[in-house]
Amino acid sequence: MIVLEKRPQPSRMWTLLTPVLAVLSTMVFGGLLFALLGKNPVEAIRTIFYEPLFGEFAFYYRPQLLVKGAPLVLIAIGLSLGFKAGIWNIGAEGQYIMGAIVGAGVGLAFYPLDSIIVFPLMVIGGAFGGWAWAMVPALLKVRFGTNEILVSLMLVYVAEQLLASMSLGLLKNPEGFGFPGSRNLTEYASATSWINQDVGMHWGVVFAFIAVIFAYVLLNRHMLGFHIRLTGEAPRAARFAGVRPTRLILFCLGTSGALAGLAGLFEVSGPGGQITIDFNIGYGFTAIIVAFLGRLHPLGILLAGGLMALTYIGGEIAQSQLGLPAAAIQVFQGMLLFFLLALDLLTNYRVRLRAREVA
Amino acid sequence: MTAPLLCLQGLTKAYPGVIANNNVSFDIGKGQVHALLGENGAGKSTLVKMIYGLVKPDSGSMLLNGVPYAPSEPRAARADGIAMVFQHFSLFDALNVAENIALGMENPPKMGDLAKRIRDVSETYGLPLDPYRRVGDLSAGERQRVEIIRCLLQDPRLLIMDEPTSVLTPQEVNILFETLRKLRSEGTAILYISHKLEEIRALCDHATVLRLGENVGECIPAETSARDMAELMVGTGLKTPERSGRALGDVALDISGLSVPAPSEFGTGLKNLHLTVRKGEVLGVGGVAGNGQDELLAVLSGEVRSASDAVKLHGKPIGNLGPTDRRRLGVLSAPEERLGHAAAPDMSLTENAMLTGSVRENLVRRGFLKWRQAQAFAERIIEDFDVRTPGPGNAARSLSGGNLQKFVIGREILQRPEVLVVNQPTWGVDASAAAAIRQAMLDLAADGAAVICISQDLDELMEISDRFAALNEGRLSTPQDTAELTIEEIGLMMGGAHGMEVAHV
Repeated sequence: MIVLEKRPQPSRMWTLLTPVLAVLSTMVFGGLLFALLGKNPVEAIRTIFYEPLFGEFAFYYRPQLLVKGAPLVLIAIGLSLGFKAGIWNIGAEGQYIMGAIVGAGVGLAFYPLDSIIVFPLMVIGGAFGGWAWAMVPALLKVRFGTNEILVSLMLVYVAEQLLASMSLGLLKNPEGFGFPGSRNLTEYASATSWINQDVGMHWGVVFAFIAVIFAYVLLNRHMLGFHIRLTGEAPRAARFAGVRPTRLILFCLGTSGALAGLAGLFEVSGPGGQITIDFNIGYGFTAIIVAFLGRLHPLGILLAGGLMALTYIGGEIAQSQLGLPAAAIQVFQGMLLFFLLALDLLTNYRVRLRAREVA
Repeated sequence: MTAPLLCLQGLTKAYPGVIANNNVSFDIGKGQVHALLGENGAGKSTLVKMIYGLVKPDSGSMLLNGVPYAPSEPRAARADGIAMVFQHFSLFDALNVAENIALGMENPPKMGDLAKRIRDVSETYGLPLDPYRRVGDLSAGERQRVEIIRCLLQDPRLLIMDEPTSVLTPQEVNILFETLRKLRSEGTAILYISHKLEEIRALCDHATVLRLGENVGECIPAETSARDMAELMVGTGLKTPERSGRALGDVALDISGLSVPAPSEFGTGLKNLHLTVRKGEVLGVGGVAGNGQDELLAVLSGEVRSASDAVKLHGKPIGNLGPTDRRRLGVLSAPEERLGHAAAPDMSLTENAMLTGSVRENLVRRGFLKWRQAQAFAERIIEDFDVRTPGPGNAARSLSGGNLQKFVIGREILQRPEVLVVNQPTWGVDASAAAAIRQAMLDLAADGAAVICISQDLDELMEISDRFAALNEGRLSTPQDTAELTIEEIGLMMGGAHGMEVAHV
């Protein structure tokens, strides 16, 4: 009989070990899945994990890692602050869209002015757009006690409609021959977020690293971060310690919104290039997985963002080279989260084998 | 004595890191009130859980009427005539008494028949109870009666009672004892768990003492002094707290006309409270659980705010200040619930020291935390209050109840409070730790602090407080000098008769 025994306190070793174990388990069971689909499992796993980093065309894929990973990390860092305190912003996708719209709007308003103040103003606009969109669920929660999960999620769909409206109306490229979509910001030198397109370097990557450091310092060295952790661990103890829940809700939702907005702005003025109807591709939702995969820890999120980007890119290669169905790749990514959460049990519990008791 | 009803033979049960019961053997006779005595954490609860089929022993066996007995679940235990009244009731507030009892039965009879049987049993055993009253409206004592009647309807051969008097007024305790004596005279055996020695001496025929999971002795309570039993329980000579003569200073905390609405439907609001505490004074606040104790602590700690001049510190209004501002002024508190309220379970002791110590111990500079100083503060608490733990890096939940309580109380006392408010400071704490905590509170008062001790342990309040008041349904009786009070008067205060004078309106 297998018995689970609660540990007196969480094991530090297992906290570090479980993500590694989860990745290995995903490789084994994912390989099994690919084998059942009639593909060579070793080949498939190698294509997903090895090809983008060290394969023949790695020079092309490595920059992609930065491009895909940066928005995931940037958004996930913001979300993790709220998640730690039990404040659930599920609508980062919407805040990402709004950041892109406002930021791009600011940039396009200055077109074709050539000045170094354009991009900083766009950055402020992007952060503001995401922040304002997140303030809607925050204020409703604080004032009327609404559920921030539902409100923030619903606002994603509102934002998507706004995005469509913007691409077809207000922000449409006047020289675009009637096609939906704004001017391409990468062709407007004062407004692009690219630093070096050849290596995938844009300002979003820089901000992602800054956000990781900022979150790390906040959570480990600052009173506000301590209060965030305390609220998540023991809400009553937090109130006893003098935490004001209202301020925490406004801060966490506001910060995650602003970071998601920034991610949107860097995307639209760099890799995305323009506001289009299908500009958003789910970074805001995937970032939720990244946040948990990284155990809501800033450095963990950095690694998880990289890993997630890797499976995306590797998955695409596997699709095109090996003909794996897209759904199989999604199952594979799902497995990763599943194993991580399942193995998480080991940090708090010890597994013991015991002879069946004679009743 | 005739053949015993239940024989326990070498029962052993281990949990990770602790042996809850080690080779415990004793017999319970028919028609005997058998006391199971021990400090908190001595293994009493684990032992009765094995008898009641909630926990399986690792080794050892039981004989019921000479037949091997190994209940796989409580239902099997009940079928064999063993019933148990838990310390914490499992009743639904929104249902009435009869409905609650029917819920626990295998084949409940019709509601009318059941109500009649409830009336019969309640009259036979002197436990007045209306089957159609809603449980949410009952006092703790009445709720306990529901649980007892629920057991009696099964005609048990052995009734297990876990700390039954912790929620009762002295008068209710007397009623309960009458009932238990009547049951005994009818041949029902009772296993009575308690750490209150006087009760056991008054009621029980035989006592088994557990210490650290082992049976350390048996005695006839009526023939053994309370002190001897206590020493058997604790294992060493007991030190009773000393009260040095203290001079009372000016009024430190002044509460007048304090009213707070109930936080929830079944919570208790505070109604027009008046009290003053002077420097150097210990004010004891008694009362049955759920009469506004948690609310009183919350309103003093600042978690719940009130009208600003309803609470005054040295004459200055502080009623509308939050916890942080109050700590800055020296009003500190320690709530009843250690894990989750006074301390965050999964955080380290260092982090828990930061939890309330940041203001007065200067652990923050411009919003940034000084972890090294926080750790030093945690180490100082551990050292000064003899907290048994490998170090300040350990999680709060890894500490035993008594050790964590010492940490929580020590954390506040070391911050040199001007007013200290504690709720149930020694609840679930072993006797030696309890004595240390009480001594620390008395020493604090001797140094000129005002102390408010909210507790349900009357012995504790009599021991340390200069004046005593009781909370009843959110109202506070007029505080009176402890030395002049009799136990009957205290019972009346707890029951809501507010002394000789008319209640303040």
